[in-house]
Amino acid sequence: MNINRRQFLALGGAAAAATLAPGLRLIELAQARSPEEAAAAAHRWGLLIDANKCADGCTACVDACFTENGVTGHGRPATDAQWIRKVTLKDKQTGQVQSLPLMCQHCEHPPCVDVCPTGASFKRIDGIVLVDKHICIGCRYCMMACPYKARSFIHEDTTGQKAHAPRGKGTVESCTLCVHKVDRGDGTTACAEACRQAGHQAILFGDLKDPASEISKRLATQPSQQLRADLKLNTGIRYQGL
Amino acid sequence: MSHVTYLKLEGKTFGFWMLLAVLAGVVAVGLGAALYMEHNGHWVTGMNNQIVWGTPHVFAVFLIVAASGALNVASIASVFGRQLYKPLSRLSGLLAVALLVGGLMVLVLDLGRPDRLTVAMTYYNFKSIFAWNIILYIGFIVVVAVYLWMMFERRFNEYSKPAGLAAFLWRLILTTGTGSIFGFLVAREAYSSALLAPMFIILSFAYGLAIFILVLMSAVAWSGRTLGDVTLNRLKNLLGVFVASVLYFVVVYHLTNLYMTGKHDVERFILLDGGVYTRMFWIGQILIGGVLPLVLLFSPLSRSRGMIVLAALLVVLGGLAQMYVTIIGGQAFPMPLFPDKIVSSSFADGVVAQYAPSLPEVLLGVGGIAIALLLTAYAIRVLPFLPQSLADADVDPHHGQG
Repeated sequence: MNINRRQFLALGGAAAAATLAPGLRLIELAQARSPEEAAAAAHRWGLLIDANKCADGCTACVDACFTENGVTGHGRPATDAQWIRKVTLKDKQTGQVQSLPLMCQHCEHPPCVDVCPTGASFKRIDGIVLVDKHICIGCRYCMMACPYKARSFIHEDTTGQKAHAPRGKGTVESCTLCVHKVDRGDGTTACAEACRQAGHQAILFGDLKDPASEISKRLATQPSQQLRADLKLNTGIRYQGL
Repeated sequence: MSHVTYLKLEGKTFGFWMLLAVLAGVVAVGLGAALYMEHNGHWVTGMNNQIVWGTPHVFAVFLIVAASGALNVASIASVFGRQLYKPLSRLSGLLAVALLVGGLMVLVLDLGRPDRLTVAMTYYNFKSIFAWNIILYIGFIVVVAVYLWMMFERRFNEYSKPAGLAAFLWRLILTTGTGSIFGFLVAREAYSSALLAPMFIILSFAYGLAIFILVLMSAVAWSGRTLGDVTLNRLKNLLGVFVASVLYFVVVYHLTNLYMTGKHDVERFILLDGGVYTRMFWIGQILIGGVLPLVLLFSPLSRSRGMIVLAALLVVLGGLAQMYVTIIGGQAFPMPLFPDKIVSSSFADGVVAQYAPSLPEVLLGVGGIAIALLLTAYAIRVLPFLPQSLADADVDPHHGQG
């Protein structure tokens, strides 16, 4: 095949135009994206987790979450998704052992949202951090950025999906704070409800912006803390008894 | 030297077509590996929920960093006015584009959803350094293409200096962006440092020049042209200076961390007891990628051209090792969620994350290198990228005048 310079440049020009043209629409698209309308800035949903009430060996919250959201695995711990996990802590000085559930901390300033190239990682106006499965390209930069390892990549085909929690191979997912239940007005999450039913009441769901809510009252009167508070992410998940 | 004659590669020999065929074969195998990984999902790779960026990223970031560095030779001629480098400028620009294309191919094919490339190009989150990089990478190809055009078209030659300056500034910003992909990650101990951006720039100088020397020496030798000692020695010494600068930056980076008590654990992991990562650091990055090339380049050994080739190859291997330590070692070290506690869970909290590169990952990465070389080989056949001669008398009119 012989290509002269003129043809070579013409081909190159066409290829460059085809590559760049979509990018030129970016500003228009960035402006066109509308925020979720159902959510309201008047709320900020969150959890208060009391590590003292969390029972060692109990996985009721994890099981309930996986059932509620159809988080099924393939028996491969390294690559199966975990939206919520039980973490065991042993104090280096005293040897005291505690356990607690860990999930997406629904930060006010989420690093995953900062780094996401397409805006697939986003924070709703009511503070819930989610992944838009339609525009996640599976780059996994959010997983690099999250200080809590809260996110999982879907490494293979999924089965048993729930209509309210779509999952797709090649995208990233994490705890949605049971956003479908929140939007439905259930007033709780699967993990908090399961913990209550198991008799531990270690997880409390509520509105951090409503001074009358139980979570706000407890946060106002009792000591609590954020994980990695040094990063100043202002998490929506707070812990007690650490 | 007032005028350089550039000639296309004859490219009619059996050897040349064999080279293209072999490279195309390696590319095809790489593409097949990507298809296999995408079809089955990433569980068939060594990557998992702890090590989310694996061997493909090692190759991709290496190639992207090397791409911007490969442009240096042209910048030295256009921006800094060194006439000796002028005959090398076209090849320098070509390699820069080819290496970037190779790196981007690997990066894109390792995405969970490579079919959504158009999404990546139409939805932008401008706070994401990754999004900036998408623009920087595409822009780099355009800027360098224009720069090459100015160099090729005689009536535009006078514009090659401003175009070269634009490309030079662009590549500095681009490599700053690549380094900042890691530098901006506050959560992980091994990253979160502004030093990574300038360090990546100096890495690019070394990687890019090493690949440039290898490609130049091969192209010149296989096309029966001449490469004089004046040019080669200049390139060789420059590579030595760049390799030494890389070592300097690595020393400063680790000394800074060692001064901070909070970073002692991660430093101990990389430098002392990190197993494969510690070996990769000392043997791969420091010995193979730094000390040995310096010895080869600055000792009497460098009178042998074979030793210069070996040194450049070692810089490439050391560079891949450095990327492995940085990218995978940085993820393997556990994140400090609860500083005063011993942490354990079913999600690898508190332990070093496990990772072993899988064959498809390596094949995809090597495929990225192959496509860069394939593009380069084909381009120097269809367009006059290579000077007719780089003999001492042709590149340096003062040569032999003392």
